Amino acid sequence: MTLLELEDVTAAYGRVQVLESVSLSVPDGGAVGILGANGAGKTTTLRAISGTVRVGGRITFDGKDITRLGPEKVAALGIAHVPEGRGTLPNLTVRENLMVGAYLRRDAAQVRADIDYLLELFPNLKERIGSNASALSGGEQQMLAVSRAFMAKPRLLVLDEPSLGLAPSTAKNVYDAIQRLRIESGIAMLVVEQNANLAFRIVDSAVVLETGRSVLSGSSEELRGRDEIRKAYLGG
Amino acid sequence: MGEFIQLVVDGLAMGSVYAALGLAIVLVNQSTGLINFAQGGMAVLSAYLTYAFAGMGLPLILAIVASVIVSFALGALIERFVMRRFEGGDPDTAVVATVGMLTLITGVCGWIWSYNNLHLASLFPAASFGLLGAAVSWRSLGTFLVILVIMLGLQALFRYTKLGLALRAVADNPASSALSGLPVGRLLMVGWGLAAGLGAVAGALVAPRLTLTPGMMDTVLVYALAAVILGGMMSPLGVVVAAWAIGVLENLAAVYVPWIGHDLKIAVPFVLLFIVLLLRPQGLFGRKTVVRV
Repeated sequence: MTLLELEDVTAAYGRVQVLESVSLSVPDGGAVGILGANGAGKTTTLRAISGTVRVGGRITFDGKDITRLGPEKVAALGIAHVPEGRGTLPNLTVRENLMVGAYLRRDAAQVRADIDYLLELFPNLKERIGSNASALSGGEQQMLAVSRAFMAKPRLLVLDEPSLGLAPSTAKNVYDAIQRLRIESGIAMLVVEQNANLAFRIVDSAVVLETGRSVLSGSSEELRGRDEIRKAYLGG
Repeated sequence: MGEFIQLVVDGLAMGSVYAALGLAIVLVNQSTGLINFAQGGMAVLSAYLTYAFAGMGLPLILAIVASVIVSFALGALIERFVMRRFEGGDPDTAVVATVGMLTLITGVCGWIWSYNNLHLASLFPAASFGLLGAAVSWRSLGTFLVILVIMLGLQALFRYTKLGLALRAVADNPASSALSGLPVGRLLMVGWGLAAGLGAVAGALVAPRLTLTPGMMDTVLVYALAAVILGGMMSPLGVVVAAWAIGVLENLAAVYVPWIGHDLKIAVPFVLLFIVLLLRPQGLFGRKTVVRV
């Protein structure tokens, strides 16, 4: 069953057209990657989904039209977006960031259990639970951003370049944890990633964007086998 | 000894007045990230509303409650229809807008109620009682206790409630907060509304002491801002302690340091501020912000 569907989505910043025609779909419980060069429109596609940029075309989530909804309503429907640059709340502690993630939830006992689960998944955060987010390292901030999004108990987790600015070993740890989250919670994911090798660790399929258009899509195996993908995104 | 205690008691009473406005400034700062210079003007408007409601025959306590409710609504509307336009942009522009609102609100108060001194009755009796050789007025004690209760309430709001956490989150990063489903616009309105309601309480406490005029909060605002910086922008407790310290120290300096006297005592909090900011830039009770780069 399709959970999220984008049909010919367009978006512009002022007069600059960033998305010309993007179409993609994410199955319920599935993981889809978005690949593309800088400026291809990957981040804008995610912003279009979470309602932080005005768009044309049509976006549906679980059968509902969310094309014109703002970010608060999109979040309430079950889409959690981890923006590029992490987007943590710097002057709030790690625990407070996690509590903000659970703002819409009413199941207090389960919220506490989920915090414990995440602290076990990311032991670094457990050690820094009372520290402000601004004092965390880049990797820890990324772990916190993912955890905060997970605290919303979303049906779809939208991740924008989780490995950006991280050391290779840290990026691998973050991806391992994301993969574990996916397996253990059954949550659907849409992942933008420059580092396609990392993205292919967790996604079942991917869409390639070029200058604001979706030009290619297929299963991870299929795409990995294509010469142009290997050359452009997998280091030859 | 009796004189010293009297100066301390009077200083605490005056410091409570500075604290009342300082707490409202902290409330807006914690819920929007802004320093609101219009807070003094909003408190004056609220005091005039209390005066008007009392003039209609409402008992004083009900007049204050009505003023708090109307002020809450006005604060929320000011955020929605005035400040919202500036909040996404340069914070300096928003601060300048609050300075403009201060001028506008005090001007409107003068236009409606004139610039003459008006008398607003106090919630507490003017009579005094003796304490360690000093005369303490019930009015001062009442102001002191109200501020104490408000401070504890604010501390609890920000530390232990979901609303307080949401207000702080929105002030910290509104765009990111929206992605967690926080109703950013409504929370900003609530923050301004709560601060305006608190300003109404401050106005009702201050007006009987200073007499009601459109400019009655001008000096108080200066002291309140000093207390906010001195105590630490994020700490209601810090602001109240700083406001009390300012009230007491300026009183003591005026009497015991001959070259300061009553003319120069306004400089005392700012000398204190200068020294504290040199030694502890985050204020006495503020948390140092560490940013990893």
